[in-house]
Amino acid sequence: MPSSTPRSGTDPTGGWRRFREEHAWQIREFFFTLHLLRRNPSAVAGFVIICSMVFLALAAPWVAPYDPIRISLSERLSPPSWHHLFGTDELGRDLFSRVLYGARISLRIGLLVVGIAGGLGTILGAVAGYVGGKTDDVIMRCLDIVLSFPSLVLAMALAAALGPSLRNAILAVAFVMIPKFARLVRGEALAVRERPFIAAAKVSGASHTWIVFHHVIPNCLSSVIVLGTLVVGETILIASSLSFIGLGAQPPTPEWGAMISVGRKFLMDQWWYATFPGLFILVTVIGFNIFGDALRDVLDPRIRR
Amino acid sequence: MRLLRYIGKRLLHLVPVLLGVTVLVFFISHAIPGDPARMMAGQKASREAVENLRRSMGLDRPLHEQYLRYMKGLLHGDLGRSVRSQRPVVEDLKDFFPATLELTLASMTLCLVVGLPLGILSAVRRNRPLDHASRVFSVCGVSMPVFWLGLMLLLLFYRNLQWLPGSGRLDVGLDPPASVTGLYLVDALLEGNRPVFLNALSHIILPAFCLSYVYLAVITRIVRSSMIAVMEQDYVTTARANGISEPVVILKHCLKNSLIPTVTIAGLSVGELLGGAILTETIFGWPGMGKYVVDSVNFLDFPAIMGFTLVVSLSYVLINLAVDVIYAFLNPQIRY
Repeated sequence: MPSSTPRSGTDPTGGWRRFREEHAWQIREFFFTLHLLRRNPSAVAGFVIICSMVFLALAAPWVAPYDPIRISLSERLSPPSWHHLFGTDELGRDLFSRVLYGARISLRIGLLVVGIAGGLGTILGAVAGYVGGKTDDVIMRCLDIVLSFPSLVLAMALAAALGPSLRNAILAVAFVMIPKFARLVRGEALAVRERPFIAAAKVSGASHTWIVFHHVIPNCLSSVIVLGTLVVGETILIASSLSFIGLGAQPPTPEWGAMISVGRKFLMDQWWYATFPGLFILVTVIGFNIFGDALRDVLDPRIRR
Repeated sequence: MRLLRYIGKRLLHLVPVLLGVTVLVFFISHAIPGDPARMMAGQKASREAVENLRRSMGLDRPLHEQYLRYMKGLLHGDLGRSVRSQRPVVEDLKDFFPATLELTLASMTLCLVVGLPLGILSAVRRNRPLDHASRVFSVCGVSMPVFWLGLMLLLLFYRNLQWLPGSGRLDVGLDPPASVTGLYLVDALLEGNRPVFLNALSHIILPAFCLSYVYLAVITRIVRSSMIAVMEQDYVTTARANGISEPVVILKHCLKNSLIPTVTIAGLSVGELLGGAILTETIFGWPGMGKYVVDSVNFLDFPAIMGFTLVVSLSYVLINLAVDVIYAFLNPQIRY
């Protein structure tokens, strides 16, 4: 079916115009959503936080005053000062630089987990909801089992079984997050399945696979984006918790949870060590949470406007 | 009668879920890419010891046979032997269970005592300063790394203000009360032992608050939104028009109905609480199952980690069953 609609890719402006004409409605919706988001103060606040974190993460090599793993024993455990904004750790490494590099790691974990879990969960949920019947039962019952574990507990068991490393922690958290996406998408797919354009696609001879990928999933995307935003926050929390108990990033990786884990030993005399990385976790997660909530309000057709 | 039938049905539904939970834990502990026998034996075991263990654990048998063997052990209450303590994991967990129970119960109490009124107040004074404050409080709650909150509480109340003790369930040198329930607070009360009770109370405040904060945020938000939904209904207007006083309308007519969604969410959030207990207990040196499992993680003590995972997940499933039953009790319309 997609191949039956000829597209001339030769004239770029013509292609763009056709795209604009074909998707006029979606484009209008998109700009309307942007407009609503701009008027929503928590959306703006969340967006600013997320952007600053992304900026700090990307610009870490230029913004950070020191190399995050440069050891300088003469300056070990020095309190915050103009030289070391957040103080230094037990090896004299600059905590401010380490926290900045930590943003890279945490955001990467968040994106990877949402990418893996969101991708797999969306496909599983769309298939379950669209096909229905036995397939639906089997997929959802399996995912229900994953949901009957507290997330952190299951992630911990998986990460422990796979062996303590950042990569395994990411896999473990992603596995735990799959059912969240699948459940959401399944619910939406059940509704989409009954819409007339699905029947139309069927009579025009579209295969089930094509319908799932071109009709079902695109129609669930806005909810997936909302959930994805919230899951980034949750992922950062769970992943840093895993690192804190020794199952995620291993030293000397400047991961926030791992830094707090070491900083805990110095808590009573060097308060700054554990304080700043945690503050960054808190602020980042707040950013994703309030932006996700605002996005949900704005995209929900029932309470939109 | 119908309620009983409903409960029976829910119990039947429980069977496949429980089986599923055991299958998943089994797969994690037996079919992992690494070598389970090596992991169970510990990193320092000799090659022969690992081979012997592999044979004695039946790891050379086909997977389904291994699962049957594992299930048989489970039904006899056998979760394997801890590498670290060299004792059956069940015995270890039994020792640590009361502390975790006490901490989670205390946190839940705190949640209800603070969360319900706060949620009601923010619903009644919607969009006023108190409501905004409670919103900020909740957003921070769901975004808070529990382990960091614990450290900050220690820094403030233990180190700087020196108001509260920093670790353990009782001061060193104080004898725990005679064990009846295993919960120090309850046991001390039963014994009539005032100093021990007060001491245990001072020890539990910080960890209980730390653990409950996330949960508190969730409860406050859900009470608020369901209260608002209920307060807009016609029968509430009618009640007010009939001249019933505002507190009675709020507490009697609205609260009861808004509890229905609250109970569901509360049940689901118990998972957060059980997960949070791992971190909270570690921070506050609280001798419960959570601290036990983190110590086991550092030792790569597999039977202990898997035993903990199974026990916690089974409790989570059972708590949610209880919640479903309460839910059916609260809302007579619902009988699946």
